[in-house]
Amino acid sequence: MANVSTFPAPGPIGQAEFEANRRALERDRRAETRMRINLTLPALLVVFVLMACPILWLLSLSVVAGDGRLSLENYALFFSEQVYVEMFLKTFMIAFVVTVICVFLGYPVAYLLAILPPAWSGVLMLAVLVPFWTSGLVRTFSWLIILQRNGIVNKSLVWLGVIDKPISLVHNMTGTVIGMVHIMVPFLILPLYASMKAIDGNLMRAGANLGSSPTHAFFRIFLPLSMPGLVAGMIMVFVMCLGFYITPAILGGGKIKMIAQRIEESISLYPTWGPAAALAVLLLLMTAVCLFVSLKLVRWLAAGR
Amino acid sequence: MTERKTSALPVQVQMLSKHFGTVRAVEDVSFDIRAGELLTLLGPSGSGKTTLLMMIAGFSRPTRGSIRIADQEIVHLPPHKRNIGMVFQNYALFPHMTVGENVAYPLRLRRFGRSEIEDRTRRALDMVQLGGYGARRINELSGGQRQRIALARAIVFEPRILLMDEPLSALDKHLREAMQIEIRQLHDRLGMTTISVTHDQREALTMSDRIAVFSSGRLAQIGAPAELYEKPESRFIAEFIGESTFLPLRHTPAGPAYGEQVIHFADEVKPAAGEMLLMLRPERLRLVPANGTAGGGKDANVFTGQVQTIVFQGESLLFEVMLDGGHKVSVRMANRSENLRQLPQAGDRVALKLERADARVVRAEG
Repeated sequence: MANVSTFPAPGPIGQAEFEANRRALERDRRAETRMRINLTLPALLVVFVLMACPILWLLSLSVVAGDGRLSLENYALFFSEQVYVEMFLKTFMIAFVVTVICVFLGYPVAYLLAILPPAWSGVLMLAVLVPFWTSGLVRTFSWLIILQRNGIVNKSLVWLGVIDKPISLVHNMTGTVIGMVHIMVPFLILPLYASMKAIDGNLMRAGANLGSSPTHAFFRIFLPLSMPGLVAGMIMVFVMCLGFYITPAILGGGKIKMIAQRIEESISLYPTWGPAAALAVLLLLMTAVCLFVSLKLVRWLAAGR
Repeated sequence: MTERKTSALPVQVQMLSKHFGTVRAVEDVSFDIRAGELLTLLGPSGSGKTTLLMMIAGFSRPTRGSIRIADQEIVHLPPHKRNIGMVFQNYALFPHMTVGENVAYPLRLRRFGRSEIEDRTRRALDMVQLGGYGARRINELSGGQRQRIALARAIVFEPRILLMDEPLSALDKHLREAMQIEIRQLHDRLGMTTISVTHDQREALTMSDRIAVFSSGRLAQIGAPAELYEKPESRFIAEFIGESTFLPLRHTPAGPAYGEQVIHFADEVKPAAGEMLLMLRPERLRLVPANGTAGGGKDANVFTGQVQTIVFQGESLLFEVMLDGGHKVSVRMANRSENLRQLPQAGDRVALKLERADARVVRAEG
């Protein structure tokens, strides 16, 4: 090999040079830390102004009574009236029912998405996403038309002889749940699909190789491994359902009242923001509790893997 | 699973084909596997070896053909009814179960009693030297440990045969070599008919009783490791198993010749259709001084040429020599002091000596 360089070999490093290097490296390290803080600061500021401030403001509004004094009377109002408690229970009940229906409708779809060849799963994914991208308001009104007394569903059922005369599918719980499920199902499918996609196909093959029938392998291997995605999707659906406003307002026909509607009513009913703010804070708290419990559950499930 | 040898079963693959549309992944493959034999399916990626294994396991439906284990046709059986053990390439251990639960999985399905399950699981783990690991999580294990657990799970239920799909490809070189020996020893103890798939020729040579080499969906040659190495039938086999360079041969009245030089072979070479090549294994060529009187008469073939490069490879030195006939050949020389005394340099003229016994003809194609 020919010599590539004609420079003489460098001499040994002196103590002073070594010390200077150490100081310079330390300086670089501090500069980097400073830069990281400076770069994060704008984002932190945005989060503080747009998220922390409104919540704190809401909190402060909820503890101001009608006469301007500091008190918990807004919260007392909530607990004194049976109708509020019932409405909270109903909201959670609807959210629960919608979540359960979403699980049964969404799981098979996510499963198909995960196992179909890419071309077919692409088409199916589009079928999931196009409604997802369409405005919730548009979809809610569509359901109003589809489900009404002379709508396509009632007409078809009468024509098929399943029912004698049109049944009420809208302006009640049924319509509300149908509309909410339609909007929420993609929120269950997408995280579930992601977790199913991450399951190694060889695991099901290994199950079959060791003697599991396809059904047995599904319940012993696939279902447990898709659980984290399923729970994540369920949390998403449940929490979002708690704050629904438009769909129950339109499809519930005034008979179905969820928290968000009651908050809106309190604003017009009472002269101050207090009662509405208290309701909102309570909703926020309960949602947070739900999230906390579910996250614990997910972590427990994940630890079992 | 006990230390006694299980009754080993022969496997017969006949006229097996698998077509994906117009692609012939496996085409008319037939071979027998003797009871208790460890056969390796070797080939480059896309040669059909994995597809073949998947058909034996039942995960891929053949287009036509027959697979029989001890005279029972299994080609119609779904995978869960075949009773075949398999080690998957990425081990496919169930991440939501412990090591013990993984190994006990096939036993539970077969409704063994509780004490029997515990007993067999413990013995299987002992056998792969992971006794006491039963309560561990899969994600706490190293790659080598996972490999052993996958092996334990595949043999614990005494399957009729054992399949291994690139079982060692995920391990580092050192561990891979240790596991090759270990799997071979385990096979000898169990005596189970085993089919392994690999693209690593060294792994195939180390582990197998016989090797079946595949090329473009067809079985190119099947034989014992030494047989494939010493008597490859084609250039493909000679290149895939071991290193070699080739010289074109032409037929002359005096026998096959390289240029004007008639080559002396140990066995008589029958003129065959198609191009014939002289296979040169680098370690079978000896470097001798060009002006020496080393011409071997009828016992050796001597070629002359010029050294182009010399590569130091640790245990050996690899010479690239350009023959006067215009072909480049590789020569390997053991890194021994006696060899190094009169080492040729790049540019030196040298002669290469090939013993008559080492001269082999291979087909250029197929």
